[in-house]
Amino acid sequence: MPAPPPNQSRQAHRTSRLVNIGIPYLWLGLFFLLPFVIVLQISVAEPALAQPPYTALWQWIDEGLLRIEINLRNFMLVGQDDLYLSALLNSLQVAFICTLLCLLLGYPMAYAIATAPERWRIILLMLIVLPFWTSFLIRVYAWIGILKSNGLLNDLLIWSGLIDTPLAILHTNTAIYIGVVYSYLPFMILPLYANLTRLDLSLLEAAADLGCRPMRAFLRVTLPLSMAGIVAGSMLVFIPVVGEFVIPDLLGGPGSLMIGKLLWTEFFSNKDWPLASALAILLLALLVVPFVMMQRLQQRMEGSRP
Amino acid sequence: MRRRRWPLLTVLAFGYAFLYVPILLLILYSFNESRLVTVWTGFSTKWYVELFRNKQLLDAAWLSVRIAAVNATLAVVLGTLAANALVRHGTFRGRTGFELLLTAPLVMPDVIIGLSLLLLFVAMQQTIGWPDGRGFTTITIAHVTFSMAYVAVVVRARLSQMDRSLEEAAMDLGARPLRVYLAITLPLIAPALLSGWLLAFTLSLDDLVIASFVAGPGSTTLPMVIYSSVRMGVSPQINALATIIVAVVTLAVVIAGISMRRGRGA
Repeated sequence: MPAPPPNQSRQAHRTSRLVNIGIPYLWLGLFFLLPFVIVLQISVAEPALAQPPYTALWQWIDEGLLRIEINLRNFMLVGQDDLYLSALLNSLQVAFICTLLCLLLGYPMAYAIATAPERWRIILLMLIVLPFWTSFLIRVYAWIGILKSNGLLNDLLIWSGLIDTPLAILHTNTAIYIGVVYSYLPFMILPLYANLTRLDLSLLEAAADLGCRPMRAFLRVTLPLSMAGIVAGSMLVFIPVVGEFVIPDLLGGPGSLMIGKLLWTEFFSNKDWPLASALAILLLALLVVPFVMMQRLQQRMEGSRP
Repeated sequence: MRRRRWPLLTVLAFGYAFLYVPILLLILYSFNESRLVTVWTGFSTKWYVELFRNKQLLDAAWLSVRIAAVNATLAVVLGTLAANALVRHGTFRGRTGFELLLTAPLVMPDVIIGLSLLLLFVAMQQTIGWPDGRGFTTITIAHVTFSMAYVAVVVRARLSQMDRSLEEAAMDLGARPLRVYLAITLPLIAPALLSGWLLAFTLSLDDLVIASFVAGPGSTTLPMVIYSSVRMGVSPQINALATIIVAVVTLAVVIAGISMRRGRGA
């Protein structure tokens, strides 16, 4: 607040504080934080033929005896079965490669938009965001028709004489990479663009005046200065992709299993809620480090903003 | 800066082609007579006719639109409150936790949000008897929880860039804070509220994973219908639906763009 509030509005200020902070806090605490506690609780339960299909964590036995059962079966199962471990590793690998691909394609695009003439920028940026407003599911589905063995891409390649037999792209990791880069590219470009437009171009001019070649100036000046945008964009891609379900389900195959898809199967097909919960806890533990990194960076950037 | 723009422009052109060719192909093949996606047999609008006769899909679309509208309205209220807290109340106790809770839903994988909320609803039903069954209410609550975070981002950006001299003038003239907020601040941030509302609406309309977890047997949303028909393979009806969605979105964006430009000119 710019001026110290006069007496009559001090009370109003306090009320406003309570409403503005309290209500969202309460909502997120109840519907975002509390659920994780319950997931943790059910991840140490046992599946049961009941409604809901898991055993209770605690049980009152008469004469005031409380029995708590913590069952590590689910975590041991995940640790011992290669299926889960390989799905976990594949998820990390897919997320890492996709983040890299998004960066390789997104950085030059963001740079080109940020350095375009002012009146073009808003239109170019709008064209990046526009696909995001259409259905994600349908956009992923579009790639099935393109990538399948008798699909448009193979037809085109065979017609042009580049290949004789259709390439098997659908139901492989390659198809997942394409689908992810396609869907998540805006999340990489937007923070990069925001970062690059704030860049002080006089630094580049200074480097050029001092005889620095453009490539060197880019590597020594632009790239380090845009590190915040790179990290922010990468986290916005990496974190959700590790747990992605729709893309591996529609474009991936049995050889490209990912943890999000496995969690879905355990829950919906096998009705093993405790095991699905254990997978959710593992996934969450995996994502804590990149998430904290992102949060730190965001706070640092806010601190440095004028 | 002017020299050698062409490598950059090539990448830019490739990027836009990559983003738009699949959508254009969907639109093109929605007018194809054949059921096969790859064979063009002739122009036809029969898939649109079939789409509008598909009662299951229409019912699901209506449910999704209602959920999305309620969700967007609640998300704008909660997201704006959160943005107020972050911009107007400086450092308060628990601010780090508050920001953490508000950022996490932006990146949290859908399967985790969906599963954890379902387990919460089940546990709540067991202990306090509410929510009684799952459907409209539970899907809406789940959607508000993640879309309010997006609204907060949009509104927060606008609030922190806002010129506060009008508010200060009103305060100096003795207007009460709530009145200043309603009469001056809200109209000034209205564009952000509108884009936040539209964003929340779209996010809700688009969500398959979270809704699948927290939906009950009687509540099938549009993405669930699309998903089950897409899993069967390529379906021209979905192409027709995609074309309609793209047309509506493009129209909305063009109208928004024109009105924004006019607003700036005034």
